[in-house]
Amino acid sequence: MGIHKIQMPDVGEGITEAEIVEWNVKPGDVVKEDDVLAAVMTDKATVEIPCPTDGTVVEIKGEIGEMTAVGSVIIALEVEGDGNEAEIAAAEAKHATADTPPAKVEAAPATKLDPKAKAAMAPPKAAEALKPKGVPQNAPMGVPRAVGEKPLASPAVRKRAMDAGIKLAYVHGTGPAGRISHDDLDAYISGASVPVGVSRVTPNLRVDEIKVIGLRRKIAQRMQDAKQRIPHITYVEEVDVTELEKLREHLNANRKEHQPKLTILPFIMKAMVLALKDHPKLSSHYDDSADVLYQYGAAHIGMAAQTPGGLMVPVIRHAETLDVHGLALEAKRLADAARSGDITRDELTGSTITLSSLGRMGGVVSTPVINSPEVAIVGVNKVAVRPVWQDGAFIPRKIMNLSSSFDHRIVDGWDAAEFIQRIRSLLENPATLFMEG
Amino acid sequence: MKTLECNLLILGAGPGGYVAAIRAGQLGLDTIIVDGQAPGGTCLNVGCIPSKALIHAADEFEKATHNVGGNILGIKAGKPSLDLGKTIKWKDGIVDRLNKGVAGLLKKNKVKLLVGWGTMTDGKTCVVETKDGPVKVTAKNVILATGSEPVEIPSLPFGDKVICSTEALSLETVPKKLVVIGGGYIGLELGTAYAKMGADVTVVEALDTILSLYDAELTKPVTLSLKKLGVTILLGTKAKGLSQAGEGLVVEMPDGSEQTLAADKILVTVGRRAKTEGFGLEGLDLTMAGRFVAIGDRCQTSMTGVYAIGDLTGEPMLAHRAMAQGEMVAEIIAGENRTFDKVCIPAVCFTDPEIVTAGLSPDEAAALGYETKIGIFPFAANGRAMTMEAEQGFVRVVAREDNHLVLGIQAVGKGVSELSATFALALEMGACLEDIAGTVHAHPTQSEGFQEAALKALGHALHI
Repeated sequence: MGIHKIQMPDVGEGITEAEIVEWNVKPGDVVKEDDVLAAVMTDKATVEIPCPTDGTVVEIKGEIGEMTAVGSVIIALEVEGDGNEAEIAAAEAKHATADTPPAKVEAAPATKLDPKAKAAMAPPKAAEALKPKGVPQNAPMGVPRAVGEKPLASPAVRKRAMDAGIKLAYVHGTGPAGRISHDDLDAYISGASVPVGVSRVTPNLRVDEIKVIGLRRKIAQRMQDAKQRIPHITYVEEVDVTELEKLREHLNANRKEHQPKLTILPFIMKAMVLALKDHPKLSSHYDDSADVLYQYGAAHIGMAAQTPGGLMVPVIRHAETLDVHGLALEAKRLADAARSGDITRDELTGSTITLSSLGRMGGVVSTPVINSPEVAIVGVNKVAVRPVWQDGAFIPRKIMNLSSSFDHRIVDGWDAAEFIQRIRSLLENPATLFMEG
Repeated sequence: MKTLECNLLILGAGPGGYVAAIRAGQLGLDTIIVDGQAPGGTCLNVGCIPSKALIHAADEFEKATHNVGGNILGIKAGKPSLDLGKTIKWKDGIVDRLNKGVAGLLKKNKVKLLVGWGTMTDGKTCVVETKDGPVKVTAKNVILATGSEPVEIPSLPFGDKVICSTEALSLETVPKKLVVIGGGYIGLELGTAYAKMGADVTVVEALDTILSLYDAELTKPVTLSLKKLGVTILLGTKAKGLSQAGEGLVVEMPDGSEQTLAADKILVTVGRRAKTEGFGLEGLDLTMAGRFVAIGDRCQTSMTGVYAIGDLTGEPMLAHRAMAQGEMVAEIIAGENRTFDKVCIPAVCFTDPEIVTAGLSPDEAAALGYETKIGIFPFAANGRAMTMEAEQGFVRVVAREDNHLVLGIQAVGKGVSELSATFALALEMGACLEDIAGTVHAHPTQSEGFQEAALKALGHALHI
């Protein structure tokens, strides 16, 4: 009696590890040749591992869901005769010293693709039937020709195509430099090769390798972290800003020299400040590793700003202390500093809630990503004149959507809705923005 | 008037016309071909064939001259003499044999050859002035293949002293002083031949270069060889006319001064023009492309059922182009689906050394926006060339940088005209550099230079 070891098969395509998704045997089972022992999955397909020989399972290695390196032993069988233990040991020794790729197990060529994967990869049956003998199994595709480029083919191929009434411009050439061979023509005639695309525009095969560094990498990490850890709930509501816009226009038309021109954002910030008084939980930091929520009395509003290097979120500290003009001035100062690169680290940290706006590019709906460890972000969509049904008629109203995301671990949908509804009420009745309490 | 009806009427029995007729006959088309002279056209009667005969005779004579007083090969012989009249008779014999050959092929393929001047009266009808009187031919399809003729310089009308290439192929004696106007391939081929036969040859060219269709790299060995033969080349020089006394040619030199070149004969080879007049073509509704009949990729003209092939349809005015067109049109008329889809029409210049070109030159490829790889292999590094005292020249391969598809092949050297076959084949087959580099070429032959040039372009030539 010997031990026959079965390795994770080389499933090809440069795959170095595969996930064990199913064990069909357990130690002590008696197995016959071709029994399915296990199933492993790569990102391409599921592969069943058949039993190479009769024997008894003595050991299985690896849990379901575990990534296992190609070539590592996953099953040991007790078999008649010597087994292959010595062979594998030798191969492993060789691998260790010469750094050669792991030797393929005998079982590898016999691996069966799971029928589903096979069906997905196999060409349609109809095409198969049409294919004449001698045509390569893989339908030749070749490289498309550039616009205006003549198809390349020998005179004999050209004549055959002419006689068959085929424009070679539509035939894929698989030869060097895209030359069309007799086989390519056969494949085209049989329908095995798809005609060259109607647009006949060369696909742009250029790939630029761009290192993700600096601010971009930072953004990437933060976004990844936020989306991975925070279960977002996004709530979208429509706000009628007709009255607010009137007020804003009036204020801008009558502004004093020292007062900045107002956008809609300082009004929204003002509304947020007021709404936060009723919903203090939304101005906070959630330390999920310590299960602590730091709820701030202050409203430090992060203001997402586009800079040449990417997204930055400068912070308007103590927004609760500023009026709309103060908010506008501070927002402008920070945005300018962020764009010019003069912004300090302090000005970029400490926000307790974030406001995100793309201005005219704000779209209809967005799904803002929470600026972790905050628990809420208010997204502003564009203002547009839309027909609104009011008093038995459609009337044009200026409508703006707010798309806001909340950390659902802390904020329930109800809370989120109440918070946004409060903001909406304030914005739709702009006088209330200026009435404390 | 006698009336004949046929499916296909071909006007002109030059290489384009007679090939169309043979192919049409093979395909069972009821065909009549019309020509006023012996079949074979310019090519066979007063062009390619007779000029090559003369060039051969000149080469043989020059070889014999080299033996006088002994040469490097150790051969010593007496002074040779040349009886040009006899040479011309020999040449005429070849032409005659070929005329008869073409007539025989036409007959074999049941094509009716009608000798006489043909005039188209409409797109379907031609009246032919045969020696037995006029014959009216009506046809369903017509191929116009009237060819081309040498261009005359208005101030130098063809006459006793001023001759065109046709007369130059039938001179009784070698002129002592021959002035050739026009440094194109025809002038240089004939000029070289007469220089070898002992004439004192001067080439007058208005442009700054001889063989202006070729690049300087290709023409340099030819220029050197002409100088060695004692041929004077006057570039940037314009022919003005015969001198007062008629003893020579007045030319305007590049500096503006006038000079008289003594000449026994003045050969004018300043180009050829399509023969569009005298055949009634003016009365047809043919769209023209400049001085040529406009054709599409099936050689169809603007008139239904009327095709045009050969020199009548423009450059390159080469017999083999006309033949390929003729063959194709016959097949189209027989109902086959054809277009003129040739990758290249190779061209040969039978100077000494010869120049052969197929496909794109480096400049042409660049002008079309191709990034290219170019490989040049000099015959100086080729064993066979050395053994033939033919070390001047080279083979040059132009290929696409990205996929190595060969775009053009050129060569200059002794006897390289025969390489035109392999060059054209490579281009038609869509060869890449690796195809040529990977083909075993027989040793020792000049053709190895082709393989080496491809290897050179790939960066690993073996013998250089």
